[in-house]
Amino acid sequence: MTPDALLHPRPEGLYCPAGDFYIDPVRPVARALITHGHADHARAGHGKVLATRQTLDIMALRYGDGFCASQQAAEAGSLDVNGVAVSFHPAGHVLGSAQILVEHKGLRIVAAGDYKRGTDPTCADFEPVPCDVFITEATFALPVFRHPDPRSEIAKLLTSLDQFPDRAHLVGVYALGKAQRVIRLIRDAGYDEPLFIHGALETLSRYYQSQGVDLGALQLATDSALTKADFAGKIILGPPSAFGGTWAQRFPDPLIGFASGWMQVRARIRQRGVELPLVISDHCDWQELTDTITELSPDETWVTHGREEALVRWCELQGRKARPLNLVGYEDEAE
Amino acid sequence: MKHFAALLDRLTVTPSRLGKLRLLRDYMTGVPDPDRGLALAAITRDLDLRTVKPAMLRTLVSERVDGELFRLSYDYVGDLAETVSLIWNSDAEPIERSIAEVVTLLNSASRSDAPAVFAGLLDSLPADQRYALLKLATGGLRVGVSARLAKQALADFGDADVAEIEELWHGLSPPYTDLFAWLEGHAEKPAQAGLARFRPVMLATALDETALSELAPSDFIAEWKWDGIRVQAVSEEGVRRLYSRTGDDISGAFPDLLEALGFEGAIDGELLVRKNGVTAPFSDLQKRLNRKTVSARQMAAYPAGIRAYDLLQDADEDLRSLPFEVRRDRLKSLIDTLDEDRVDLSRDIRFETWDDLAQFRAAPPERVIEGLMLKRKDSVYVPGRPKGPWFKWKRDPFTIDAVLIYAQRGHGKRSGFYSDYTFAVWTDDDVLVPVGKAYFGFTDAELKEIDKFVRANTIDRFGPVRAVRAEAGHGLVLEVAFEGLNRSTRHKSGVAMRFPRIARLRWDKPPREADTLATLSQLLDN
Repeated sequence: MTPDALLHPRPEGLYCPAGDFYIDPVRPVARALITHGHADHARAGHGKVLATRQTLDIMALRYGDGFCASQQAAEAGSLDVNGVAVSFHPAGHVLGSAQILVEHKGLRIVAAGDYKRGTDPTCADFEPVPCDVFITEATFALPVFRHPDPRSEIAKLLTSLDQFPDRAHLVGVYALGKAQRVIRLIRDAGYDEPLFIHGALETLSRYYQSQGVDLGALQLATDSALTKADFAGKIILGPPSAFGGTWAQRFPDPLIGFASGWMQVRARIRQRGVELPLVISDHCDWQELTDTITELSPDETWVTHGREEALVRWCELQGRKARPLNLVGYEDEAE
Repeated sequence: MKHFAALLDRLTVTPSRLGKLRLLRDYMTGVPDPDRGLALAAITRDLDLRTVKPAMLRTLVSERVDGELFRLSYDYVGDLAETVSLIWNSDAEPIERSIAEVVTLLNSASRSDAPAVFAGLLDSLPADQRYALLKLATGGLRVGVSARLAKQALADFGDADVAEIEELWHGLSPPYTDLFAWLEGHAEKPAQAGLARFRPVMLATALDETALSELAPSDFIAEWKWDGIRVQAVSEEGVRRLYSRTGDDISGAFPDLLEALGFEGAIDGELLVRKNGVTAPFSDLQKRLNRKTVSARQMAAYPAGIRAYDLLQDADEDLRSLPFEVRRDRLKSLIDTLDEDRVDLSRDIRFETWDDLAQFRAAPPERVIEGLMLKRKDSVYVPGRPKGPWFKWKRDPFTIDAVLIYAQRGHGKRSGFYSDYTFAVWTDDDVLVPVGKAYFGFTDAELKEIDKFVRANTIDRFGPVRAVRAEAGHGLVLEVAFEGLNRSTRHKSGVAMRFPRIARLRWDKPPREADTLATLSQLLDN
């Protein structure tokens, strides 16, 4: 069996004809396997959904309990889906994120979804899974992306609090994963004052806490007992989209930060009007991507969503077989 | 380099002046000599460093990185130095170096060694310091810090008056160790060194017209306020310098003028371009500003001269403690010895009453006049902006009614508010064409009203900018005040306003009654 016959792109997403299922489909399908809970990978409206328990929980929190017709939690070990063996392995991206190993007639393909290699106390570490074909993301697949130690980025935030004690420090974070990781990093840096959060982060942060991730004291920034002056020199976390809205008008002289891998590039910083860029990413940087491919040494590497061209080029230079997998619907900006 | 790199990273993304001052002051406090002085010199462009050309960077990086991967990366990042700093990869153990070490290494390398030395530095510096190295070595940090702001930071750091620092500055050289020692209070103030130094400038306050009646006209000398830039021309023992009012040395762009400074002393005046005895508009002067050198053609097309206001130094006599009236007499006799096409006198306006003067103000003899200056005859020359001795009485600003078409989100205190406005006037074809941007002139309450209007009338979004509904019958008319209008090839409308600000919100006026480009164009200076 050729790899293409086992898994190939369709407009709906990556499709496995033998098992009649899709991985992270972007349109409603009868049977979907989901790698993780980010909205561009996990959509509502499928028939049957197979994912990790945590990913299913997150989807239910985001879309409501009826987000699909029936759901099945992936237990440890291999499952049979219409005669095709599938198993879920930690991807290190966000809580519940998994790589999906699809195995059929001796051929093993790993769809890694989004992943990262650095340590992150808010989710399980990436597990290298030997395979014939490795499907990798390419969000930060340019040799200019080299994510620094996230602790040094958090130190910048804390230094800024000392330097600008009159200003509210607004840190842009996406609600799933980035928010909780940044909070955890702030706690690990020894900051134990309450952190103020935008309402959009509340549900998922509570869920992380219920899963044993200690985030310390969190307080809603919209608490009516708080006045403008209460936010001076404090950290407020919210989705970046909220910072341009009237929500941000409640804070004194806001200093806008953004925790994202994109903050490595100055043009992006300026474009977003960010004053405190924090290079903290939930994805692999260039070194981690290329190291992972070297470590797994698959017969073929398929590259999807992001800068496919550069990673395919690198594989060619290494004498490795690679090709871009033109999947549509995944956001370049997803971070 | 570690703290310097962190400083540059923060400065580039900190828009507010106060924020920049804070970062600079903290840097000076936390970093020892000579690095803090070298960093300062790099920012004020006073650092003597052999620079690295972009071609060399390209060659170096091509030896390390696949051309295709570099091209893809450069396309994405958009800046050569930044791309190189990020893509450079090295297994070498990182070495923390001081700026002093880096400067010494770069300056001592021979021409043929330079590429290898530079590559070695890139290899051994920690990754997050490579950008600072590249910016340092390619010249031009572009962190939005003027020499003036750097001096203000020094003043803040040492709790000194910025005028004292401006006065000392041109006698000092990097790394300014004695300056820091004085600012930290463990050494005497450095002695005034060097010839043709700068003297901190005296400035006027705006006149409160209602207070005129309390002033005696006979106590004052009045002159025209010319629309050029305030300068100080100093000549001492063959050293001639032209300074801006903040003490930046701008001599390099004005060799034609320096040649005419055949005197010993310091003249305070206005730098202007004059053609055939007529003062040219500010836009002509602009062609000669902000450059390091000047071509013979530019000098012929835009001849520069000084209209002298004051004499601060006459040979070896410091006149600043003498009354203005006396200084003016000394100035007049000095001017007589100079080429009047290059240096002439700002004439007194003879008047008996304030009403006389108001009439002069209403009908200035040349277009390049911004209003009047009133100076007490007995005023001594003191740095800064003392209240009382000197007043500026500007002519009334021009105003037009324009229509708000775009609004951009602000920073800092204005985060979350749409506070920067692009406004437009009508063309003959009934199309709105943008003529300027303004982001002040309104109260906090008005800002809230405009913000609300913008949010309720958004028709399109481009990143932080919103396009706002602006039709003949629906939209927001802004009364915009401005100081003058220049022709511009950069703007679609062909005009550029000077110093535009929002004078009033005209909620009462429908956009169709806003002004036209034709009306506006009548106000062109040239």
